[in-house]
Amino acid sequence: MAVMNVNPTRMQLTKLKKQLVTAVRGHKMLKDKRDELMRRFLELVRETRELRDKVERELENCNAHFVNASAVMSKQALDGALLSPKQQINLEIDSKNVMSVEIPQFEAQTRTADKGDIFPYGFAFTSFELDDAVMSLDKVLPDLILLAQYEKSCELMSAEIEKTRRRVNSLEHVMIPRYQETIKYISMKLEENDRSSRTRLMKVKDMLLDKAHGYSERAQ
Amino acid sequence: MAKNIAVIGDGESIKGFSAVGLDIYPCDDAAEAGTLLRRVADSDRYAVIYVTETVYYAADKARARYEERLIPAIIPIPGVTGNRGTGVKRLSAFVEKAVGSDIIFND
Repeated sequence: MAVMNVNPTRMQLTKLKKQLVTAVRGHKMLKDKRDELMRRFLELVRETRELRDKVERELENCNAHFVNASAVMSKQALDGALLSPKQQINLEIDSKNVMSVEIPQFEAQTRTADKGDIFPYGFAFTSFELDDAVMSLDKVLPDLILLAQYEKSCELMSAEIEKTRRRVNSLEHVMIPRYQETIKYISMKLEENDRSSRTRLMKVKDMLLDKAHGYSERAQ
Repeated sequence: MAKNIAVIGDGESIKGFSAVGLDIYPCDDAAEAGTLLRRVADSDRYAVIYVTETVYYAADKARARYEERLIPAIIPIPGVTGNRGTGVKRLSAFVEKAVGSDIIFND
């Protein structure tokens, strides 16, 4: 691992040590965030999958009803019957914060409270298959809205998990080792400087003593 | 803030949704799908946009910019021609993105 391009000074060493502490704490927190997000995400995905299977089955059922209806009614009559809808769905949107990910919460409200308003036509000229079709569609609608909420949450959470995972990995495998290497490099360099100045001092002291008292001459 | 729900797809698959209170945007030409989806999504009136699988694939590029936003949620639904498994594939792609490999749908 490459050592950072820094001056080997005591000040830099203190700074790096502080940064390392922050990096380690950040790493721990991000790892916790990733684990918790992952747990919730997998739970949500399992639920979503079940819901999707159910909704798809019911939608297939609805489509079958509509095919039946279009078999017994002319296309014009069918289109005409559905042309001017009475009902309207309004979604109240709220958002929930799950580990810093904003996920949507939908709450559906119909424009009119009357259940019968899903039939925008008179019953005289339409077949009962069409009633069945519209009714089955109305039945699947709450699940369909819930599915939208779940799938959007899955989408947003998976993006956030990917980001967090990358951050954790970069801290764990790049940033932290780099800090550690650099700290080691600086402290070794400082020790080395320390030793070299110590030997130099000892040498100078010897030379000074020699000059003052002439030890080397006396030895002869 | 109250928003509505839109459905985009071939006329046959989606006409029933208008009865139960959803806004429908028929799209029988796959080449138009991207433009239509953009127009509907940018109108800022819809929180959820259901698209049939054909439209979902046709509007691949147009979809990408709404992925990171809270709304609109663009959700694929099977059309009248049958289910091609897009929804499950999409979920499996989310798992793969989050975990690194698909650990839920590979059975």
